[in-house]
Amino acid sequence: MKNQPQKTVHSYLRHNKKFPHVWCAGCSNGIVLGALIRAVDELGLGRDDVAMVSGIGCSSRMPVYVDFNTLHTIHGRAIPFATGVKLHKPHLNVIVVTGDGDCTAIGGNHFIHACRRNLDLTIVVVNNNIYGMTGGQFSPTTPTGDIATTSPHGNIDPVFDICDLAIGAGATFVARSTAFHSLESEEFIKRGLEHKGMSVIEIVSACPVIYGRLNKKGGAPEMMKQMRDNSIPVKALDKLPPEKTKGKLVRGILKHVEKDEYTLRYQRLVDSLKQEESK
Amino acid sequence: MPKKTTKKTTKKTEELDSIVLMQGNEAVARGAVDAGVNFFAGYPITPSTEIAEILSRELPLRGAAFIQMEDEIASICAIIGASLAGAKAMTATSGPGFSLMQEAIGYAKITETPCVVVNVMRAGPSTGLPTSPSQGDIMQSRWGSHGDAPAIVLYPDSVKESYELAIRAVNLSEKYRTCVVLLLDEVLGHMREAVRLPDLRKHRVINRIKPTVPPEWYKHYDENQKYLSPVASFGEGYRFHVTGLAHDATGFPTGRPAEVADMMARLKKKITSNIRDLVQIESFHMEDAKIAIFAAGITARSAKSAVMMARAEGLKVGLLRPLTIWPFPDDAVRKMLKNVETVIVAELNQGQFLREIARLIKDKDDSDIVPVRRVDGELITPAQILRIIKEVN
Repeated sequence: MKNQPQKTVHSYLRHNKKFPHVWCAGCSNGIVLGALIRAVDELGLGRDDVAMVSGIGCSSRMPVYVDFNTLHTIHGRAIPFATGVKLHKPHLNVIVVTGDGDCTAIGGNHFIHACRRNLDLTIVVVNNNIYGMTGGQFSPTTPTGDIATTSPHGNIDPVFDICDLAIGAGATFVARSTAFHSLESEEFIKRGLEHKGMSVIEIVSACPVIYGRLNKKGGAPEMMKQMRDNSIPVKALDKLPPEKTKGKLVRGILKHVEKDEYTLRYQRLVDSLKQEESK
Repeated sequence: MPKKTTKKTTKKTEELDSIVLMQGNEAVARGAVDAGVNFFAGYPITPSTEIAEILSRELPLRGAAFIQMEDEIASICAIIGASLAGAKAMTATSGPGFSLMQEAIGYAKITETPCVVVNVMRAGPSTGLPTSPSQGDIMQSRWGSHGDAPAIVLYPDSVKESYELAIRAVNLSEKYRTCVVLLLDEVLGHMREAVRLPDLRKHRVINRIKPTVPPEWYKHYDENQKYLSPVASFGEGYRFHVTGLAHDATGFPTGRPAEVADMMARLKKKITSNIRDLVQIESFHMEDAKIAIFAAGITARSAKSAVMMARAEGLKVGLLRPLTIWPFPDDAVRKMLKNVETVIVAELNQGQFLREIARLIKDKDDSDIVPVRRVDGELITPAQILRIIKEVN
């Protein structure tokens, strides 16, 4: 873990509050949270200046454990809550933690419009391919054919590619990693936090207890290995023959462009009105 | 929205100049600005849209935020987020949007986050009659959100009062740390009335109190304080947690029955133990009334005319008009209706206030409570009420 002792992560946790946590054994959420905390720590962001906003679901339980300004909201709506926080206090680093169902099903409309506005939010989508908290119903990212408690005969729905969705909707920083690649996840979250504009970081995660068991993916270690073996870095995409890249999850920074950010545009509007008034 | 008036010298013309023709929706927007609202998020919907339009012009001029969101759910969530970051925040909508906001209104209540929702009522259900008046959301404004939490709902009957109650709605939301609903009638939202500007300048603004304790002592839901209780905002060093889960006084989730009971009791008590501060009710010619009309909002305007017409004919009729409809003014209504023989409940719905009146008046027969209803998108006229007055007299 580079030069960071575990103490660093620990120092950000609310030890006296809500431990033990709610997550199942083998869940990737802890790994993602660790990556997120290390990213914040490496950037040296003040804890008072970080607001962490989430919706409803397993990954959305993350904020309660961390010593930031934390906001656990309602299902699918983390992004509009975060929009309010950010727009009123633009100096805050606003991180949204959300899951595949929270972000792209019930919250899909908010997600695409936040991407369109290019508001400076850092959105970490923890994609475990299932609704875990409610016990295993299929989500917009459950692979077609897979078993869920509401697709006992196999899921007939096509899937969303979260990164494609974000890119298409206008997000200016889009990256994907997996919980296995925790240092890469940390790096992407860091880059997302540094980026001035809408950043979407999808982190594919393992839900061995529900998704893994329903689909015979093995336990947590096996699912970790699958993340390692079934993904390739975007940089290798062009160098490898097509048979080696087919069906693989592409990791990496998939989009990074600089565009006017929403709060800056708003401030510019306010300033121009002031100037007009003083004329 | 300061109107640029031409400078005249005589006192009389100055007075005339200070009279402006204003729409109810404009009065609400103006009240919001004067109450210190510095964050508005909204989504277009008839007949409330003018409020968003005016604030989209005015708030950036003041360095405050206006944002048009992708829907009404996003709008209310954005204002709650902004409020937690310290803003005085408002949204405005109508029936369909108000229904969409209900889940988040519950969130504002359980997290005790100040915010104001203006609902310019239109006729429903569903798309209904978007440009016609209705008082169909009396009960939705009280019981619309799931779960069980009290509500503060204000309801003006004139353009001037729309301004005053908009300020009061913001003040009460700050004071009681909750979502306050301001109901407006479609006709009032769009109706223009002459308003004297000086009358609009006398108002008090309430701001939430900042905590002075060190962060480690801070409790986001402090039990020891009387309302107003100090409340921190995000980014001020207090790093508190906010959740829609049942929580203890520090704000962290809990499932312990005693702590949940405390939370629910606090939500209820801050309303029920401050009824006197919250309730406003107008009593019009009730002193010797044998017949009382109970009506609110635009229907009360018709009722007031009906009272005058009946009085001119020597009939002893009065009007009770709540400005705060929730919490319902139980004691005031009971007291004022004690000596009347008949109560006429006039409303633009199928009988929503009627249930409350029937609940409060136990000593009268059913025939002593006479409903006047209208749900066809038209107003109840003074003549219609007068006719009923004569029938029951």
